[in-house]
Amino acid sequence: MQAKNLIYDGTFDGFLSTIFYVFEHKLKTVTIQNEFTVQQGLFSENESIPTDEVKANRVWKGIKSKLSSHGSYQLYYAFLSEDIGVEDLLLDYIQYAFSQQKKVDKDYSHPSILKIAQIAKSVGREKHRMEAFVRFRLTKDDIYFASIEPDFNVLPLIEKHFKRRYADQKWVIYDIKRGYGLFYDLETVELINMDFPENFNVTKTDDTFFATQEFEFQKLWQDYFKATNIASRKNMKLHIRHVPKRYWKYLSEKQPN
Amino acid sequence: MSFQRTQEKLKILADAAKYDVSCSSSGSKRANTNKGLGDATGMGICHSYTEDGRCVSLLKILLTNHCIFDCAYCVTRKSNDVKRAAFKVQEVVDLTINFYRRNYIEGLFLSSGIFKSADYTMERLVAVAKKLRLEENFNGYIHLKSIPGASDELMREAGLYADRLSVNIEIPTEAGLKKLAPDKKREDFIKPMVKVKNEIIQYNAEKKIIKSTPKFAPAGQSTQMIIGASGENDFQIMQTSNHFYKSYNLKRVYYSGYVPISYDDRLPQIGSAVPMLRENRLYQTDWLMRFYGFDVSEILNEQHQNLDLDVDPKLSWALRNLHEFPVDVNTADQRMLARIPGLGMKSVFKIINARRFRKLNWEHLKKIGVALNRAQYFMVCDSNQFEKRDLTSEKIKGLILQNSTSKYQKMLSNQLSLFG
Repeated sequence: MQAKNLIYDGTFDGFLSTIFYVFEHKLKTVTIQNEFTVQQGLFSENESIPTDEVKANRVWKGIKSKLSSHGSYQLYYAFLSEDIGVEDLLLDYIQYAFSQQKKVDKDYSHPSILKIAQIAKSVGREKHRMEAFVRFRLTKDDIYFASIEPDFNVLPLIEKHFKRRYADQKWVIYDIKRGYGLFYDLETVELINMDFPENFNVTKTDDTFFATQEFEFQKLWQDYFKATNIASRKNMKLHIRHVPKRYWKYLSEKQPN
Repeated sequence: MSFQRTQEKLKILADAAKYDVSCSSSGSKRANTNKGLGDATGMGICHSYTEDGRCVSLLKILLTNHCIFDCAYCVTRKSNDVKRAAFKVQEVVDLTINFYRRNYIEGLFLSSGIFKSADYTMERLVAVAKKLRLEENFNGYIHLKSIPGASDELMREAGLYADRLSVNIEIPTEAGLKKLAPDKKREDFIKPMVKVKNEIIQYNAEKKIIKSTPKFAPAGQSTQMIIGASGENDFQIMQTSNHFYKSYNLKRVYYSGYVPISYDDRLPQIGSAVPMLRENRLYQTDWLMRFYGFDVSEILNEQHQNLDLDVDPKLSWALRNLHEFPVDVNTADQRMLARIPGLGMKSVFKIINARRFRKLNWEHLKKIGVALNRAQYFMVCDSNQFEKRDLTSEKIKGLILQNSTSKYQKMLSNQLSLFG
């Protein structure tokens, strides 16, 4: 039988629809790729799988019944890593889960299970980092605006946290890398795409766009950050391990004065 | 709020507060139910880290650094020639709210020098917390210092608005306290701690009957001890720590390596190194006590009054108790797994789960994340390869040290040469 390469639209529902297709046709030698990263295999045949919400929900329900709740959210977390090849790992995990009587998500000596647990852990870490490193800046329109560039697609994971916490202020968290963001309007959170003005620099706090008091509070925060450091305990290696340099760009305390 | 005045005060009063190492913002249960600002239900978040690698989670400041006491170890002591400042209640409220709205912090950690009297000071700390809760609808985390000697009424009010209360005993023994802070009494530290403990017990009892009982310090209380200022050994320090955990139900005891800030000849001189490695070993011991099922007397006792600096306390315990090893990871109970050097609690739980599916071998354990360089001498698994030589503890220690580089290597050689 010829190897098949199934292509989906990059969404989680699309991925689950593809899983449905694999089980429906009892496919054995199969790979799954999203349509943005397709690589043509020499001996495989490409096939596009349409996203079908009903089928996706059926698969998700099945997965949840075969795993603990911890296991099913690990699958979702790992999916959001957008790692090349993660779909095939997930497929292997899901096939193994459906082949066993017991719930398998704690079977850490199984290679795919351990690998997915590890990927989910990195995504979880990135989620937690974004909850920590988002820095809102108050715009002239009275909206608290933050731009981020997370390693993984964690916006769907942090929505609840920020909605609960900042219930009484309007805010936007925008993923510059993936070109979409969350906007909270005091009632609900919506997905948005933004076209930034030409003279808008995402890392700069410019008085054309940001409120006057924004500059004062950034300055106070920077002063606080310096004053709370104990020079005789300086440990830059530890500092950088906790706050890797790739995040500095959007941290108010790391901006040059 | 006048920007420049606030800026100057913030610099002085943040600088003076930084020697308090507590930064925890977890363990509270204050949900944002009133569509207000903030939520303190989840785990703590470190929003940034200073260049010394310490977490920045709370806006940690003193209300004032004016103080009537003259404790030798304290940078705010009366006789020290430093700039003094005092925040107004509203200034602290504005800073907290505006920092919180920008996601800089999880909340406020407010301490103070003692001006006029204990109650006068405590009253002002409570006023800040009250204003944040009642006027600003603030549900973020608030940690207040219990001022030694503050009245029971004020401590009760403090607990209604704060998530955590703490009073730093600073000096582990009474003799040390007498030497370095002659005008302070141990009882004054204990009194507010007892009051808070009793209120928490009462809250938990009432809560069972009346669900709407107002929260009382949901994140509990903590304390801090300075390490290396008054000559105590590790045995004395951990004895004291254990006593506070057991008798006052503390959530945390913090250990703060003394940073020399004074030419007082009762103390280590300015320029001498902060005992960071020792501090780390004390924290490791604290963890072994709280999460690994060790009794403090197994690690420190009359025979072993100080922790080894070159190996961690669990390895050190294992080397003294070779008769307990090797442990079979496929059959041992949680208690013994937790005692294998190189195995953290995360790995312990992973092993317990994973071995239900198949017997584990070295390859599995390595992938799970066990530090085999240490663990291999203390365990057997599903493999006929294991340490068959009858090694002495000195030999094992030598082999482990040979095959690992401590991140403290540089510090270790410095400290050892000091004693050598």
